[in-house]
Amino acid sequence: MADDPNFSSSRRKFLGGAAVAGGALASGKLVHAQAASPDPLITELQPWQQYLGPGVDAAPYGMPSPFEAHVVRRNVPWLTADAVSSVNFTPLHELEGIITPNGLCFERHHGGVAEIDPGMHRLMINGLVDNPLVFTMEDLLRFPRENRTYFLECAANTGMEWRGAQLNGCQFTHGMIHNVVYTGVPLRLLLEEAGLRTNAAWVLPEGADAAAMTRSVPLEKAMDDCLVAFAMNGERLRPEQGYPIRLVVPGWEGNMWVKWLRRIEVGDEPWHHREETSKYTDLLEDGQARRFTWEMDAKSVITNPSPQAPITHGPGPTVITGVAWSGRGTIPRVDVSLDGGANWVQARMSGPSLDKSMHRFYYEFDWDGGPLLLQSRAHDSTGYVQPTKDQLREIRGENSIYHNNSIQTWAIDETGQAENVEVG
Amino acid sequence: MKKILLSASALVMGFSLVALAQENPAPSRDGGYGLGRTALPEEIAAWDIDIRPDGTGLPVGEGDVWTGEEAYVDYCSACHGDFGEAVGRWPVLSGGFGSLDGEDPVKTMGSYWPYLSTAWDYIHRAMPYGAAQSLEDDEVYAILAYLLYLNEVVEDDFVLSNENFAEIALRNEDGFFLDNRAEVELPLFSQEPCMSDCSDPVEITMRAAVLDVTPETESDEAAEEEAAVVEEETVPVATGPDPELVAAGEAVYRRCSTCHQIGESAVNRTGPLLNGIYMATAGTREGFRYSPAMSGAGEDGLIWDDENLAAYLTDPRGFLRGNRMAFQGLRSEEEIAAVIAYIRANGGE
Repeated sequence: MADDPNFSSSRRKFLGGAAVAGGALASGKLVHAQAASPDPLITELQPWQQYLGPGVDAAPYGMPSPFEAHVVRRNVPWLTADAVSSVNFTPLHELEGIITPNGLCFERHHGGVAEIDPGMHRLMINGLVDNPLVFTMEDLLRFPRENRTYFLECAANTGMEWRGAQLNGCQFTHGMIHNVVYTGVPLRLLLEEAGLRTNAAWVLPEGADAAAMTRSVPLEKAMDDCLVAFAMNGERLRPEQGYPIRLVVPGWEGNMWVKWLRRIEVGDEPWHHREETSKYTDLLEDGQARRFTWEMDAKSVITNPSPQAPITHGPGPTVITGVAWSGRGTIPRVDVSLDGGANWVQARMSGPSLDKSMHRFYYEFDWDGGPLLLQSRAHDSTGYVQPTKDQLREIRGENSIYHNNSIQTWAIDETGQAENVEVG
Repeated sequence: MKKILLSASALVMGFSLVALAQENPAPSRDGGYGLGRTALPEEIAAWDIDIRPDGTGLPVGEGDVWTGEEAYVDYCSACHGDFGEAVGRWPVLSGGFGSLDGEDPVKTMGSYWPYLSTAWDYIHRAMPYGAAQSLEDDEVYAILAYLLYLNEVVEDDFVLSNENFAEIALRNEDGFFLDNRAEVELPLFSQEPCMSDCSDPVEITMRAAVLDVTPETESDEAAEEEAAVVEEETVPVATGPDPELVAAGEAVYRRCSTCHQIGESAVNRTGPLLNGIYMATAGTREGFRYSPAMSGAGEDGLIWDDENLAAYLTDPRGFLRGNRMAFQGLRSEEEIAAVIAYIRANGGE
């Protein structure tokens, strides 16, 4: 947006205005900016004020304004071998509130997006059950449903930053997350329908895509709050999010939220499949690895300003905002530091505070135009406080790839540009 | 294990009490809702393909190292390299022993994976890439025998079968332990933090800009625009093949696009780029490492005309023994005609 010619002229004017206001603040009196000449955008009739716009069905499925065309998911091509088994990132720096619009929810596929006609989709429940069952979509829609808002974070989110500051943009450092209102059937109801045998202890959800993704999920979690979701943010799931159904595993790493869900097997032992042995195990410095690290630790990031969203308005009133979340509860508090962690202030939380959902925070202050080292620190409802990168490295080393929930630092220079840095 | 699960679910319960009051959970019904139908044994057999570390789920079968090498070269080596060393950023499958506590851990079946069953299950359910679940059970046993040989777990006369499967232990089986964050990290990170004068003034110790690996937004957009222009230009000027066939071929071509690129910015990937492939001599794409079989066929005068392309796409391995294209082949003549039309219309001729 900063380079958009549509914005540059008004930005220059505002910069001039802000400089006046900044001077006025120093003398203790609030004086608004003065324009040297009338603004032609006000004094001259603009085309959209005169000519008719498109009618009601011009876009039967609505699209964002063309001026927002830069707000898209982006990938990092060098990260993976092939786009069919790859990931892209949610543009967190362009979003407000707590809900991620469906078209901006990051994607991670292991065998591309399966294209499934819901009339041809089946969900099977088998294994340690009294009566193995097959459900059609019509069957599933006859069970009672729930609406719940949850974040989904890939365990590898921020995984490129273990060894140091690497990617310049919160989209790339923190964008493997989205926050969505799901509508779905509690997995508990489907398992009860099939009838659990007494030795049932684990379930294995499996996808219908070409990767046939599988993960072992303990039965306690499956019976507690997992959903078989068919809708997100009010509409049916997007194909890239598992249409027609996906598993929702609240607060736990995104890889377990199996998309294009076709089968749930019930067993007495975990399966130790590829995504819970070769991948999604956390290698520590001594060569030993943690397994079954399911919960996502509390985490936050300042989304604005950040490298892709610099401060463009000069000194004066400035809004810092960001998001925070925890796989163990809610986020009652976020602290913000302007000096790289030496001093902290409490941010202002705004918007719904829901269990295992994204939270929005703000910190408003008058920027003096000097360099800043911005950090945010989440506190979750269990009392856990987001650690520094060094605190995590001390325990985990630098090779664990997954579960990097450390405090992020953005350096802001005198021109308002932001950079991903580490401090010490 | 049990302890962690209990404490985790206790936390979960604590929070969901708040949520429950607002949410009215979907009610259970005694005896169920009577929805769905009983799964038939044939249906369960078709989908229940998972294998566990104790060998539960393995079908009867066997395969030896040298049969495995042949199948591996045909189906796997294009991405994973002839000896598991990997091509590009595809996964490395061999070696890395003793690297886990070093600066650059290499996680392979030989160095990291705890159980052999994981590999059997994964190869069978998801490989070869783009032709999942197409391998015969004996081929999976054989490929796995070859991978065990590459990873110095067995000798070259080894035969892997469902009978001896559970006897094979991998090096790093004991290299894993259950998530201990609840003991090691949560108490440490659950203390009231310092709010002021917490440290001396801090300095920047590392900058992302120095590495300069962030994707360039503007050049991304330029590339996308370029791609869009290419699409617009090439589709309308396709005068040769029937436009309807070309359109039908686009969906079929997606199966090829895993390995082959076509169009203005196309490059050699896992497979050679396909620009100009129609009526070209086989095995002559510059910069692509062909199998001896494919290069030899070209030297003998194999031309990719309609007839040869159709025969190759029907049965890639049967058409030319020893070539490396890991593709099962297309089943219908319509699909073959459509994909050839698509390739011709999009830069293939």
